[in-house]
Amino acid sequence: MEYLIQVLNGLQLGLLMFLLAAGLTLTFGIMDLVNLAHGSLYMMGAYFAWTLIGWTDSFVLGALLAIPATFLLGVVVEVVVARRLYARDHLAQVLATFGLILFFNELVRAIWGPDGKSIAVPAFLDHTVEILPGIPYPAYRFALIVVGTAVALLLAWLVARTRLGMLIRAGASNRRMIGALGVNIELLFTLVFGLGAAFAGLAGLMAAPIASVKIGMGDDILIVAFVIIVIGGIGSIKGAFVAALMVGQIDIVGRAFLPDFLKTFLDPASASAAAPAISQVLIYVVMAAVLVWRPTGLFGQRS
Amino acid sequence: MQTSLIASLRTPRGLVTTALLLVLALLPLLTQALDQRYLLLVGTRIVIWSIAAASLNMILGYGGLVSFGHAAFFGIGGYTVGILSANGINSGWIQWPAAVAIAGVWAALIGALSLRTRGVYFIMITLAFAQLVYYLGSGLEAYGGDDGLNIGRSRFSGLIDLRDKASFYWLCFALLLATLWFSSRLVNSRFGYVLRGAKSNELRMTALGFPIFRYRLAAFAIAGAFGALAGILLANEGAYISPAMMSWVKSGDLIVIVVLGGMGALFGPLYGAIGFFAVEEFLKPLLDLLHKGWGEYWQIVFGPLLVMVALYAQGGIDSLLGRRHG
Amino acid sequence: MAEPLLSAQGLVKRFGGLLATDNVSIEVMPGEIHALIGPNGAGKTTLVSQLTGNLRPDSGSIRFAGRDVTRLPLHARVRLGLARSFQITAVLRDFTALDNVALAVQAHDGHSFRFLADVRADRRLRDSARRGLEAVGLQARAETLASALSHGEQRQLEIAMALAGEPRLLLLDEPMAGMGPEESQRLVGMLRNLKSRCGMLLIEHDMDAVFALADRITVLVYGRAIASGTPDQIRGNAQVRQAYLGEEVA
Repeated sequence: MEYLIQVLNGLQLGLLMFLLAAGLTLTFGIMDLVNLAHGSLYMMGAYFAWTLIGWTDSFVLGALLAIPATFLLGVVVEVVVARRLYARDHLAQVLATFGLILFFNELVRAIWGPDGKSIAVPAFLDHTVEILPGIPYPAYRFALIVVGTAVALLLAWLVARTRLGMLIRAGASNRRMIGALGVNIELLFTLVFGLGAAFAGLAGLMAAPIASVKIGMGDDILIVAFVIIVIGGIGSIKGAFVAALMVGQIDIVGRAFLPDFLKTFLDPASASAAAPAISQVLIYVVMAAVLVWRPTGLFGQRS
Repeated sequence: MQTSLIASLRTPRGLVTTALLLVLALLPLLTQALDQRYLLLVGTRIVIWSIAAASLNMILGYGGLVSFGHAAFFGIGGYTVGILSANGINSGWIQWPAAVAIAGVWAALIGALSLRTRGVYFIMITLAFAQLVYYLGSGLEAYGGDDGLNIGRSRFSGLIDLRDKASFYWLCFALLLATLWFSSRLVNSRFGYVLRGAKSNELRMTALGFPIFRYRLAAFAIAGAFGALAGILLANEGAYISPAMMSWVKSGDLIVIVVLGGMGALFGPLYGAIGFFAVEEFLKPLLDLLHKGWGEYWQIVFGPLLVMVALYAQGGIDSLLGRRHG
Repeated sequence: MAEPLLSAQGLVKRFGGLLATDNVSIEVMPGEIHALIGPNGAGKTTLVSQLTGNLRPDSGSIRFAGRDVTRLPLHARVRLGLARSFQITAVLRDFTALDNVALAVQAHDGHSFRFLADVRADRRLRDSARRGLEAVGLQARAETLASALSHGEQRQLEIAMALAGEPRLLLLDEPMAGMGPEESQRLVGMLRNLKSRCGMLLIEHDMDAVFALADRITVLVYGRAIASGTPDQIRGNAQVRQAYLGEEVA
């Protein structure tokens, strides 16, 4: 039954990655913006949550406040920097948002100090649940799966059923068209960017109790999020979802089962050291394979 | 050739560049005279990063290919030297050609896959391949894994001692000059014109009958080989290799240097590397002057500075030196 | 009768439900100017894209210079002597006029895997490029950046580039578009002079130019070739008048 637990861990990681990738694929698909600083918003969400949980002395309250805080930060970033980048080439976007990463990492160091923080698993989730008779699973991770699924459904509803979602879909396939419809594009873009930031922040704070809150925590995970939206096809929420779950499974399978497999021909120490690296490598191999097979991703639009 | 050299001295660009090259050529003597050994280390780093940036400039600046994984070639260069030296092969005559060849072959391989994609997908797939190399490096437990590995410096049958800081610097500087010379020939050759034409208008070049994929692929391989050269030097500078030398942030740094210096400008990578490292050395004391302890957080200023460069100064430092021709 | 230079038979191209090219056959003889006309959206550009190799037809075949080129990629067709000028002016904007033509010459001068020799000192390319500029009357603008040329001059440059490889067939995609009457006049004269050098397939909206230049005209409507013949035959064709002139009036 070890297997079922690992699959759940992969699902939980995949849902978390989806939250991060969703905002990225939206800003990418609609505003045509390569936003490297998206990982910084993930980090800021976690730091906001750490501070706010300290103030309110409540995990839920702190978390609920951290989400609008990250939304607001996203709005500020959009208004001050991002909107100036939409019409620019990808190189300028990479450069500017790379600058934002340096800024945010250093800002965090100046405000919160160089040491990592930890957010404790809230008491009401600090136990295990029996997902099947005789199979315990940490309640917090289970809650992550529930919340992650709920948010994914919310997002699906938002995109498929609401006016905002209609504009988002229209925008992803034809940016000029929504302008022609007389929609306030500036406002729409700001909202979408803020929304993406809020999702990233949510992912960051939810990950905090099982990982840790530290400087640069968004940098490496951002790259994985990019891999996900590229595999899924830029601008496609559905693609991001499928790819995120795929990557989650690959990562966990690699970490959990590769060591045993590698031990059959490597010494145990090397095997357990190489496994995480190989599972990471696997993710990139999958991406390369997808791109070679379909140069615009699984659900991407042909150009 | 002679006359054009003298003529170029009259332009601001010619003057600045000549002065810069003179200072760099004499740097070990200057730092010794001024008793500033530390500056020689900074100078060595600038020169090595200039080589890497010059190699990226070949494809990014002249070819318009936004490769976001160039630091991988640092790693391939460094790890080839490191792994060989850890296995008792210390001869630079073997290590260096091997490193350059492996990097060139790897670049050709990933180039063949990456160049099928366009735009953002290209940026991301080059990044992904670099991450792949990065994680391979960190998975090599026998060669230090995440922590990296101390290595012996390359030996050249007694011809040059890389442990000597000044000799090593001069070697790096000579290789930088060679790289810049090659790159100046390359971009004005038939090959270079195809590469630059494809940046200007890919569809038109194809319609003219150029199979541009092949030319870009060759450029990608050449750039990878020169990138590995920088990696070889980096490994020899600190007698140390680690996956950190090829993290994606380093690839970002290289793009920053190329753009900061001026895309598609011959000496842009050198200006960019000087700017990049000088900003750090300059901002720290400046901020400390404003308020003790602020210097540590210099990137709070540097980050927005990059944003400004991206938004308002895409010509980079080179464009400050006046218009360019040819 | 001589073998046609270009011969496309039964070309079909679908985009989803839309039949953009509906069983079109078209031929160009050596030294002939064959004009392709039709209202907007008739599928002219789609047809040309299949002839050049930008698009692959769903069915049908294309022969060029005695070879089946249906499956040949674009650059290989260019090698065989099929050149085109573009509807949207497509010169290399960051290059001088001379460099533009020199690159076009270079494209036909073997491979370009030469890494060290300076092209700017390459007599063969430069001289030939200068002659190309002269042929279209741009010699005075040789050192001007293409982006600084006027619209008409860019079109001339386009044609100089297309001619650089001494093509056997030139596909001209709306060469007169955006030109004033005087510039058009000059271009018509220039193209007539070029007739001895290569065959041409001319896609053009400017009917004065078409009837002044064409030896043969094919009319494309909704992806189908509804008529083909000499200018006089086309002028007298009732179907064409209805489909085409009807549209003109509206």
